[in-house]
Amino acid sequence: MSAPWYRFSSPATFYPLAGRLTPWFAIAAAVLALAGLWLGLVVAPSDATQGDAYRIIFIHVPAAWMSMFIYLVMAFWSVLALAFNARLSAMMAQALAPTGALMTFIALWTGAFWGRPTWGTYWAWDARMTSELILLFLYLGVIALRGAIDDPRRADRACSLLAIVGAINVPIIYFSVKWWNTLHQGSTVSMTAAPKMASLMLTGMLVMTFAAWFYSIAVALTRVRTIILERERGSAWIDMQRDVMSVTT
Amino acid sequence: MSDFFAMGGYAWYVWMAYGVTALVIVWEIVAVRVARHRALVDAHNLKPTPPSTRARYGPAGSA
Repeated sequence: MSAPWYRFSSPATFYPLAGRLTPWFAIAAAVLALAGLWLGLVVAPSDATQGDAYRIIFIHVPAAWMSMFIYLVMAFWSVLALAFNARLSAMMAQALAPTGALMTFIALWTGAFWGRPTWGTYWAWDARMTSELILLFLYLGVIALRGAIDDPRRADRACSLLAIVGAINVPIIYFSVKWWNTLHQGSTVSMTAAPKMASLMLTGMLVMTFAAWFYSIAVALTRVRTIILERERGSAWIDMQRDVMSVTT
Repeated sequence: MSDFFAMGGYAWYVWMAYGVTALVIVWEIVAVRVARHRALVDAHNLKPTPPSTRARYGPAGSA
């Protein structure tokens, strides 16, 4: 049985494909971000209770969603890396960690600056904020662990294990507002019920979420191509790549 | 226009949030591009492994 997509599980075939895909995601991210910022900062009305402070939502929620989603994707590639001893899967997980960490930082930072005017504090050790902070530590741990291990294949296995074990934290973050009595509010957007939010605000949030998603894909694809070049150094197929041949120092 | 920057009195909070986000995003994009350029240049300048060495040590067996 032939499955054509298996071709792309080798760095040599994946590299040019990723190169062709990246610009589309980058452009889509830029366009959506501009549209989302326009909606969020200019078009959407002030909130009745929070005034203009609520506009932080247009960054905070997309970043928080991406921080969790990227971690799950990273854990997914880690499972494949361990199950199939697949180099490229491990490289993809390696490429996702820094962007995931960045999204987590943005979620925590923007959350703090939203919390101060609305709750009266930049930070509280409630279940959601604490588990999101732990997510940041997990990302940084995966990155640091890779730096600590010399052999790339051993690092792949160790980082995959850490990523997979840490994945339990994502449902904890998600359900924290339901399971515990938290300062952080409960969910406003659900997949089953109508959102308890003005439609223009929701649209802006969704546009920014897609912007964050496509941005993350573009950055992760670029990073994985760099990782491939570094780890496959000396392989003959690299000499044949157009971007390698045409680079000017 | 100054109303826009005032953000209804919440300027500090809104612009600290948006500003630092913009900074770290730009930082990530620059860092990724710099790292990629470095890897491309390194791959470009890498001396191809001579056939005799390839036969003995494999594709990446050069100094």
